[in-house]
Amino acid sequence: MSTAAEPLPAAAILRSPGYWVTVGRRFRRDPVAVIAALVVLALILMAVFAPWLAPHDPLQGMTLRRLKPPGTEGFPLGTDELGRDMLSRLIFGARISLFMGIVPVFVALAVGAAIGIVSGYAGGWTNTILMRTMDVFFAFPSVLLAVALAGALGPGIFNGMLALILVFIPPIARVAESVTTGVRTRDFVEAARASGAGALLIIRKHVLGNVLGPIFVYAMSLIAVSMILASGLSFLGLGVKPPQPDWGLMLNTLRTAMYSQPLLCALPGVMIFITSISFNIMTDGLRSAMDIKA
Amino acid sequence: MTSPLLEVRGLVKQFPVRKNLFGRATTFVSAVDGIDFDLFEGETLGVVGESGCGKSTTARLLMHLIEPTAGTIRFGGRTVGTAELPVKEFRRQVQMVFQDSYASLNPRLTVEESIAFGPTVHGVSQREANARALSLLERVGLDPRRFAGRFTHELSGGQRQRVNIARALALQPRILVLDEAVSALDKSVEAQVLNLLADLKEAFGLTYLFISHDLEVVRFMSTRVLVMYLGRVAELGPTEALYTGSRHPYTTALLGSLLSMDPDHRTAAPPITGDPPNPIDPPPGCRFHTRCAYAEGVCSARMPALLAGAADAAPHWVACHMHAPRSGHSKLKAGAAPETA
Repeated sequence: MSTAAEPLPAAAILRSPGYWVTVGRRFRRDPVAVIAALVVLALILMAVFAPWLAPHDPLQGMTLRRLKPPGTEGFPLGTDELGRDMLSRLIFGARISLFMGIVPVFVALAVGAAIGIVSGYAGGWTNTILMRTMDVFFAFPSVLLAVALAGALGPGIFNGMLALILVFIPPIARVAESVTTGVRTRDFVEAARASGAGALLIIRKHVLGNVLGPIFVYAMSLIAVSMILASGLSFLGLGVKPPQPDWGLMLNTLRTAMYSQPLLCALPGVMIFITSISFNIMTDGLRSAMDIKA
Repeated sequence: MTSPLLEVRGLVKQFPVRKNLFGRATTFVSAVDGIDFDLFEGETLGVVGESGCGKSTTARLLMHLIEPTAGTIRFGGRTVGTAELPVKEFRRQVQMVFQDSYASLNPRLTVEESIAFGPTVHGVSQREANARALSLLERVGLDPRRFAGRFTHELSGGQRQRVNIARALALQPRILVLDEAVSALDKSVEAQVLNLLADLKEAFGLTYLFISHDLEVVRFMSTRVLVMYLGRVAELGPTEALYTGSRHPYTTALLGSLLSMDPDHRTAAPPITGDPPNPIDPPPGCRFHTRCAYAEGVCSARMPALLAGAADAAPHWVACHMHAPRSGHSKLKAGAAPETA
């Protein structure tokens, strides 16, 4: 067979836009999702630039000015039960809350996707052992599991995060396994095997590209859950320790003022709500943008 | 005749149907149940049969995509899957084109990447593999400038199947297994792809195993034809000899199902009725005796051997007691094969 092709300049080849370019274009056509993505971006920027944005020290309180309602002079969102500026605490709180929302999910994504893809591609006994182990974790309600793990490990950001990671690995692994099983039986994987490629190469070149998208979208939807769970752990005193500002923890400590300053108490909850709903809408938009029917 | 390029002996594939408590299979379905055939260099061997007769399983066994339960495949005199010829080495020599042109291409890869993947597995540099992909695209009638950078969902069925053919050829194989490769295409495109396949065979000196349920297409493409029934070879002979003088009642019935081109000669009665028996529990003796008009006692008692006629110019094999001397069948045909074949 002759392989001596006339050299074809690379520029002469008409190239279709790649998959992600198409997804990006479709995503931009969904205004609600774009707004949600902008809110998420704003929240992340707020967390990153907290020291420059916050008008006061979030840890510095003064008993004389405790529980001022929103709109007080110098404290636009009021002060908490120790007289600390609410606005500053909410801005700084975004750091820990977003961190606790995003980091556990990404760590769990790496581990869970690896477990799911390997067991989905290998099938048979490997699949049975790995997925039944995941099912054991799955048997507990996620909140209960997180609380139990964080309780057993002791309070603290790191332990809370570890608990969340362990909670999120099984569902991600399950999704990864089911998508991979679907791809593995497709003819193009058979064709790759027929060309003599080994399992690792096939996973890298033919499986990953087809499964990472759906797995990633699923993991994104867990960020909101993770944030709420982390807030819950902090609320129960198992995550972040005072005086660090965290939305969940603030919700807990301000609970006592619920009847005197109801508006003030609701503020951390409003932040949690805005963040989680923005993540959810953004993920939804991404999901439909990626659902390209040929 | 010269020695065959591919020798298949006693190939069996059983799939577990029911498993007991410990995951051990207790019931099997024999998709392929002991088939023997040779594939000679440069020929096109057509494989026909009803759906479920084991055609595709045979193809996948040949490709070593599934492990055979029993039997051997020898390529150029070397047994595949042993130290003589490792599977990876064998795979470079035999490639396959699948029926579903869409599912057999990775939707996330461009046409060029799909074709170039195989060669890189076998140590060809990426740049050389890409060059090979472009020249093959040209060869299968797709302008590389327009198609190399495309994704599969942007192509039509015929174009995709051309890409699949190019992908199979990228490893420079000697045998191409075409598993219903044109069945999903509409008739005009099918004809173009068939002509392309004939051209490529000529140009690259390929050998084809052409699996199809379309008897006309098989007649057009093949030098020899193999008829399968319930996982076994019913008949195997030169195309014209088989189409004009079929020996197995099943082949005769199959050919009788072809629509006549002449409206005055309509097919009057259906040649065979009913469905093939359940392969989980195949009938004893000749697999076809439950539907055969000539079935006698011997047919359900003993399994007929695959024998070639004594007077054949080119061997024309058939597994039927009516062609086996001393089988005891009352309609024994003259000129039947000697007992030893």
